This record gives sequence, C-alpha cells and structure tokens, in this order.
Amino acid sequence: MSGAPSTVSELPLKRIPPHGAPVLPRLLAGVHSVGAMTLTEHLSVHGPMSPVYGGRRRRDRAHAAMLMDEIERSGLLGRGGAAFPTATKLRAVAAGRGRAVVVANGAEGEPASLKDRTLLEMTPHLVLDGAVIAAEAVGADELIVCACETAGISVQSVERAIEERAAHPISVRSPQIHLRAVPGHYVAGQESALVNYLGGGPAKPMSTPPLPFEQGIGRRPTLIDNVETLAHVALIARHGALWFRQLGTPTQPGSALVTLSGPVADPGVYEIEHGASLSSLIDAAGGATMGLRGALLGGYAGAWIGREWLAGVALSGEHLAAHGASLGAGVVLLLSDRACPVAETARVARWMAGQSVRQCGPCINGLDSLARTLEQIAAGSAEAGATRRIEHLASLTARRGACGHPDGAVNLILSALDAFDADFAEHARHGACDRCACSPELPLPDREVSHQRSRGAVV
Amino acid sequence: MSHRVRVNPIACEAHGMCAELLPERITLDEWGYPIVDLTPIEDWELEHARRAARACPTFALLVARERRARP
Repeated sequence: MSGAPSTVSELPLKRIPPHGAPVLPRLLAGVHSVGAMTLTEHLSVHGPMSPVYGGRRRRDRAHAAMLMDEIERSGLLGRGGAAFPTATKLRAVAAGRGRAVVVANGAEGEPASLKDRTLLEMTPHLVLDGAVIAAEAVGADELIVCACETAGISVQSVERAIEERAAHPISVRSPQIHLRAVPGHYVAGQESALVNYLGGGPAKPMSTPPLPFEQGIGRRPTLIDNVETLAHVALIARHGALWFRQLGTPTQPGSALVTLSGPVADPGVYEIEHGASLSSLIDAAGGATMGLRGALLGGYAGAWIGREWLAGVALSGEHLAAHGASLGAGVVLLLSDRACPVAETARVARWMAGQSVRQCGPCINGLDSLARTLEQIAAGSAEAGATRRIEHLASLTARRGACGHPDGAVNLILSALDAFDADFAEHARHGACDRCACSPELPLPDREVSHQRSRGAVV
Repeated sequence: MSHRVRVNPIACEAHGMCAELLPERITLDEWGYPIVDLTPIEDWELEHARRAARACPTFALLVARERRARP
C-alpha cells in the first residue's frame, strides 16, 4: 500500500514521475468527480503520449517491437477477467495473417462491475492512448472502441474524446477510431460475441476455433483487450515496465480498478494495488456499515468466500487462488449478515440462467436445473441429496458450452456450497430461514446499481 | 497426427445419432446432449468416428486434427 487513502477531490493535477516512488492513483490520476478529463487535462496529468509511428518501414517496425517487449517486461495481465498475459495476446495477433484490428472492450456485461464504464467516462483519452499504442504494436489500422449501451454517459464521453483527438491530433499517425455501443447482456463482451456483433451478427458467442486472434472481424487477426488493460498499456508506454512493477506482486504487477458494492459507507470504483488487503479496501470505502457474512469475488462468475476469511484476504491472484477465487474483472461484493447466502445464490443463479443466450443445450438446461434446485433448497422443498444433485448438474454443465458462461455460473454455485455449507444444510432440514425474507442485496439489473453513479477513488 | 472428436455445442440439437454410432466415445446427458470423451482417438477408431460425424443431422460432430492451444 502506498500511503493513506485519498479521495479523488484531494488529488492534485500533476504528472506521475517516471521511475518515481510507487504512487496511486495511476489510472484515476486527475479524474474529476463528474465528467471526463479533456485532452488538455489528460496530457497535463499523464504527459505527452509516446510517439506512435505505425508505418511499415524498418524503424517503425523496430519501435513496435520495442513496445511489445516493454509490455512483456511489465508482466501486465488482462483486466477483463481472465488475467491472460497481454504481451502473449499482442504477439499472437501481430503474427497473424493480414492487417490486424484492435477492439477496446468496454462491454462490461457483469452487473456488479462499473469500472470499465467509469474509466471510459472519466478518462477516455487514457484508454484511447493505450488502444492506439496496441494498434501500433500489432500493426492494426483500425480501432473499435466498444462501450455498453446501458452506460450512456461513457458512450458520450468516448464520442467527445474521439472528436477532440480528430481536432487536435496528438500522434504522428493514428488508426481509424470507431465507437460502437454494444448490448448490455452478460455475454455480450465475450470475445467471439463481440466479433459476431461487430461483424453485423447478434452479440452471441460463436463456436471456436478460429479464435479472434487468428480470424476475427472480417476474418482479420483481432486483438480484443479490456479497456482497463489498454489504459495500463498507455501508462507502461509512458513510464516503462519497471515503473509499472513498482506496485503489485511479482506475478500480478501494477494497480487495478475494483468495483466494491455492499454494506460499506461509500461503494464504488477504487484503484488498488494488487495484493492490497480486502480490509484496506473496506476501510477506504468508509468501513462496513453492517456485519459481514461473506464476499463474492470476481463477480457472478466468481467465487464466494465466507466471513472467517474476510479479515485475512489479500486481493491478488495468487492469494485468492488458495480460496478458489480470483479478482476476475475486479469485482468485490460484500454480503451483510442480514442476508441469506442460500437465497442470494439462488437468485443470482436464476439470473445467470436467464442470461444464457440459449445456443448450447448444456447451458440452457444445466443452468435452469441448477437454479431450480437451488431455489428448492432455499425454499426447503428440495428432495434429499439436493446438494449432491447440484454437484452432478455442475459436472454436466461446466465446460460444455461455446463460451465460459455456464462455467462461471457453476463456479459461483459450487463456491457457495463450500463457503456456506452450514446454511445449505440448515435450509435442507428446515426450509427458508428468517433472513430469506430480507430484501435482496446482490445487485442485478433492474435494480439501482445499473444506474448508480460511478465514483472513482483510491486505496 | 492425432485426432479428437469434438462437438460444436451451438450447432448440436440433441438428435443423439452420435451416441448410437459411436457409443464407445459418446454418451448422452439427461437432456440428450452428447458427453464426449476428449482424449485423442486411436487410428483404428478414425473411420468409425468420421462415419458418426457424417451422420449428424446438424453437422455438429467434428473429427478434428490436433490444434495448437490458444495463446
């Protein structure tokens, strides 16, 4: 951790010194509490953009190779949830046949995540810088920025930013930049679903191979990177890999945006250092306002951890792996001790079943059966051996779809059985508990979170 | 060159022909969708597997050569 938490409004507008002391915020440096940073503000906070050549001459290609090496040395992992090494993906796209396309993925279909829309809304130029640099690295001449259509403010913010750059070009060359608003359902941001949608089809996953890095939009090699990943690329290109590694852990370097929801004084989007403790994040959000029952990490494809682990948990991949969890796309949902974890899990499982785009049999049938069994357990109407039935259904559902949607839902459900085994046993014996009747806590669309004002702050 | 049997889960409509024709590798789940043994198939099975793939009404059963893993 780097010093005391500070709120956005206290942050002075100043450039982060290259190779200086580890300092947060990085991505959220200089952001306003409302509205986007202008291009001028962006450049005064982060400094000029590193030169982009993007040509085909030997000097240009050498510069692209240098960028790629620097990103590799930084150890940057993708921030869309899969934590895949960014440099590996860049190299695969660069090695593909034909002119590449870059997609900045801000689809953010996860209802519990607000970080991508926050980033696009508050600091769109940082994402655009990173996307332009990635385009240079892979030799792309076209760049498509995808924002979620339900996040109107972020769509407008990117639109204005693209206009600003057209009026005041800041790099020698820039690829063509297009903005696309994409549907808000859960799997719309899945890579092949985006390729499908951007190619004129529905936003539904496609059967792979070929994977997008081989043949994506218009059968061209397509780099699809989360918008936060690209924002980190923009900073790595400016300050270098060593600077990037001054925060975080050796295997998961750098800072990360996290969406914190639940019973805390100030829920919202926070920038943390990888490896920061969950307690420090909760403290930065003004502390818990109720007793806590557990936390769901990584969103609705993530994993529950029970209350006994909350105090000791560190927010890093390697630490969370020991709990069968990950940060995913940076989602931390806290559940109060007034909520019933069985009822909450059943409710989210039903929602996840509804988010199946109904292409693959095991996903359609498996998620529906899982949700129904969970609902029966919560209501006390399940047959004996219902938890074994869930484990059986889980094995029939996971890894049998065209995308990872069923796997994510199964992950959530199995982790609930593990973290809340006593509650499940209690429901199986006695049916619904007193807490089942409490109003639902985990945010799902049609509740306030999808329209909640996103906030930026720092841990 | 090793081969595997694969299902395109989007194309599959649970006709169940594959489990009839290739029962040593394919069983059906409770909804009628194939559960496929994904280990590489032996050479002597190859023609048998290909016949099952040709019989699939939606061309959802594939006999694929080994591909490199995703980067």
